Amino acid sequence: MLTKKLSKFNKSICSAVLIGCSAITSLTAQALGYPEKEELKFGFIKLTDMAPIAIAYEKGFFEDEGLYVTIEAQANWKVLLDGVIDGRLDGAHMLAGQPIAASIGYGTSAEIITPFSMDLNGNGITVSNEIWKQMKVNIPKQADGKPVHPIKADALKPVVEKYADQGKPFNMGMVFPVSTHNYELRYWLAAGGIHPGYYAPHKGDTSGQLDAEVLLSVTPPPQMPATLEAGTIYGYCVGEPWNQQAVFKGIGVPVVIDYEIWKDNPEKVFGISKTFAEKYPNTTIRLTRALIRAAKWLDENNNANRPEAVKILSQSNYVGADYDVIANSMTGTFEYEKGDKRAVPDFNVFFRYNATYPYYSDAIWYLTQMRRWGQIHEDKPDSWYKDVAEQVYRPDIYKKAAKSLIDDKLMTKEDFVTVFDEDGYRNPQTHFIDGIVYDGTKPNEYINKFSIGLKSGTTL
Amino acid sequence: MTTISKKLASNTSGISFKSLSMANDSMKNVLLPLIGVACFLVIWAIAASNIQTSLGQFPGPSHVMEQFGTLYQEHVAERDKATSFYERQEKRNAERVAKDPNYQPKTRAYTGKETFIDQIFTSLTTVLSGFILAAIVAIPLGIAIGLSKSLNTAINPIIQIFKPVSPLAWLPLVTMVVSAVYTTSDPMFAKSFIVSLVTVTLCCLWPMVINTSVGVSSINADWVNVSKVLSLPSWVHIRRIVLPAAVPSIFVGMRMSIGIAWMVLIAAEMLAQNPGLGKFVWDEFQNGSSQSLSRIMAAVIVIGLIGFLLDRSMLSLQRILSWDKDSAKR
Repeated sequence: MLTKKLSKFNKSICSAVLIGCSAITSLTAQALGYPEKEELKFGFIKLTDMAPIAIAYEKGFFEDEGLYVTIEAQANWKVLLDGVIDGRLDGAHMLAGQPIAASIGYGTSAEIITPFSMDLNGNGITVSNEIWKQMKVNIPKQADGKPVHPIKADALKPVVEKYADQGKPFNMGMVFPVSTHNYELRYWLAAGGIHPGYYAPHKGDTSGQLDAEVLLSVTPPPQMPATLEAGTIYGYCVGEPWNQQAVFKGIGVPVVIDYEIWKDNPEKVFGISKTFAEKYPNTTIRLTRALIRAAKWLDENNNANRPEAVKILSQSNYVGADYDVIANSMTGTFEYEKGDKRAVPDFNVFFRYNATYPYYSDAIWYLTQMRRWGQIHEDKPDSWYKDVAEQVYRPDIYKKAAKSLIDDKLMTKEDFVTVFDEDGYRNPQTHFIDGIVYDGTKPNEYINKFSIGLKSGTTL
Repeated sequence: MTTISKKLASNTSGISFKSLSMANDSMKNVLLPLIGVACFLVIWAIAASNIQTSLGQFPGPSHVMEQFGTLYQEHVAERDKATSFYERQEKRNAERVAKDPNYQPKTRAYTGKETFIDQIFTSLTTVLSGFILAAIVAIPLGIAIGLSKSLNTAINPIIQIFKPVSPLAWLPLVTMVVSAVYTTSDPMFAKSFIVSLVTVTLCCLWPMVINTSVGVSSINADWVNVSKVLSLPSWVHIRRIVLPAAVPSIFVGMRMSIGIAWMVLIAAEMLAQNPGLGKFVWDEFQNGSSQSLSRIMAAVIVIGLIGFLLDRSMLSLQRILSWDKDSAKR
C-alpha cells in the first residue's frame, strides 16, 4: 500500500517535472496537464438539452481533451443520481435541483458539484386535449383567432374547480421532486391562484400534496406522453421533445413554455461528485472545456448548426425521437396547438447570455423554491443560501476551463466577455410570468413576496 | 393440403408406395410449416394495417423487413466509426509518446453505441454463460439429491419455494449484492454482465436440479442391483450407471432451463437497463419515434428465433450424447 502510494507520488513528481519542462518550451499549450482518468462514462436522460454531451462526443471535443467517453441513457433521474453517487457514472446531465438537494441532504444525501450549467429554458407544460378544450374558452383571442400567449393558469383554475366539485382529483405529472419542472409547474399554477401543495419532510410527508388543489406526481420524461394518453395524468411539465411529441401524437396541447414563465431560466447542469473533482482535477477541467466548446458549437452563427445537432440527437442512442419532433423546438420555433407554430428563437439556449456559467444566484433560486414549497422546512438565513450555492456551483473550475481555452486559442476572449469579472449573481431578474422580481442576494425577501407558498417564520 | 398431396400422388403413380409415402412425409414437413408461416404473415399484415397507435401504424411484415436492412446498415456504419476511432486514438497516443516518452500508450475500447447486432451477441453470451454456470451447479446437485433420499427430503422444500420465484423479484437483490461484493478497480467483467448472469443462473437452476434428481432416482432397479453385485466403487457407479441412465431427463431439464434463461434474460435486461436485446427494446420504446415499433417488432422476431435455435441446439446436443435416441425426437 505504502509503496504503491510512494510510486504514485513518484509518478506525479515525474509528470509535474515533465509538465514543467514542456511548459517552458511551449508556455501556453501545456499549462493544463493530461487527464488523470481517461475513460469516463456519462449518464443522461433522453431530453434535447443533453445536446452538449452528445455534441462534445460526436464532434470529437472529448477526444481532443484525451478523454474517452461512453454515453449511456438512464432510466430515470433517481437511477442517474445514484449512478453518479456510487461511481458507476463519472458525471451526468442533471436537473439543476439535484446537486443542490443532494448537498443539503433532501432525498439522497451526497456531495455533488457542478462546474458547468448546460442550458437555459427548454421546458413546457402540456395538458390533454380534453383539458385544453375546457381551458380554451377562458383564454382571450388574438386578431387571427389564436389564443393570446403567455397563457396563465387563471385559464386552468375554473377547470380544476369543476373537477374538485365533482370530487375528482386533478393529477399532473412532473419529472422529479427537485426538478426544474416541479418548480416551474408549481410557479405557473400558483401564479394563477392554484395551490400545488406543500412538502413536509420533517413529518415524513414527501408526497408534496399537503393542501394541494392539483396533485403532482413523478413520471420519467420519456414516459410522459404515454402516461397522459393513458389518462393517469391530465397534464405535465417536461423538457423537449416530450411536449412536441404530444402535439405530433395528437394527444395533448402545450399551453405554456418555461421561457414565458421565467425568461432565460437556468435548466440542466452537468453534475460530478466532489470526490471526483478533487481526485481528478485535470479531468474535471478538461471535460468542462469539451462541454463549453460543444455549447458554443450549438449556438454558433445564430443557431446555424442546430439542424445537424437535431440529426445527431435523433439517433436512437441519444434522444431517439423523430427528426421533425426534435427540430420543432431546437430550431427556434415551438408548436403549441397543432398548426399554431410560433417563433421562439431562444427556446433552447446553450451558450448565449453566459448560459454555461454556473451562477450562484441560479442555485439560490432553486433553494428559495425548495423553501417555498416546504422541502426546506425551516427558516434559513440569507448567508446559508449563499454558502450552499458556493458549495455546489463551482465557477472557479469554469473560469479555469475558459481561461485555458483562450490560452490554447480554441476560443476567444470575446466568447467570455463578462465571465472573468463575474461575482456569480445575476442582476435582479424581472421576467417572471407574475411580475415578481428575483434578486439572488436577498433570498428571504424574495420568498416573502409570494401569495401562495411558505414565508419566513412559517413551518407546517 | 390433402388435395394437393392427392394430386401429386396421382401424378407419381409409377413410384412405389413406400417412397411415395416418404415423399409425402417430407413434403408435409416442409410445406405445412411454410403454409403456416404464410398464413401468419397475411393475418399479421392485415391486422397491422388496422391498428393505429399514437406512434403511427402498427408495423407489418414489410416494415419489419425494411427495418432489418436499416439495422444492418447502422451496424456497418458504426463499425466504420469504430475503425476511425481506433485510428485517431493511435495517432493521439503516438503524439503523446513523442512528447512524453514515459507514457504507456493504452488502447481503449470503442466508446460508441452498441448496435442491434452487438446487442444480440451480448445477450447470447450472457445467456450461455448463465446457463453453463447453472448447469455446473445444478447437475452435480441433482445427482446428489437423486442418489440420497435424505438429502432430497432436506433440500426439497427450498427448491419448491425458490422454483416459482419470478426473475424480476431477484433482480433488485442481485443488483445490490453484486454492487456490494463485486468491487475491483479494474473489473474483468462489467457489473451489468454479472447482474444479468446471476439472475439468469438463479432462475434456470431449478428445472435442471429437479429433472436430474428425478432421472437419477428413477433408474431401473436392475441396473442398480448389477452395480451392487459387481460392487462398483461409487464414482464408477455414477459414471457408468447413473449418468447414462439419467441423461434423457437431465436434458429435459436443460431444455426447460435454457428456455427459461432466455426469457428471464430479456426481462432482466429491460428492467435493469443492462446491455442486450432487452435494453434495445426498452430504449426503442422510450424513444417513441415513428420507427420504434417496427424496430421493436424486429427485435421480437430475433428474440423468438434465437430462443428457437437455443432449444434446437440443446436437442441436437442431446441426440449426440444420449443413448436413448427416442427421447430426443420431441
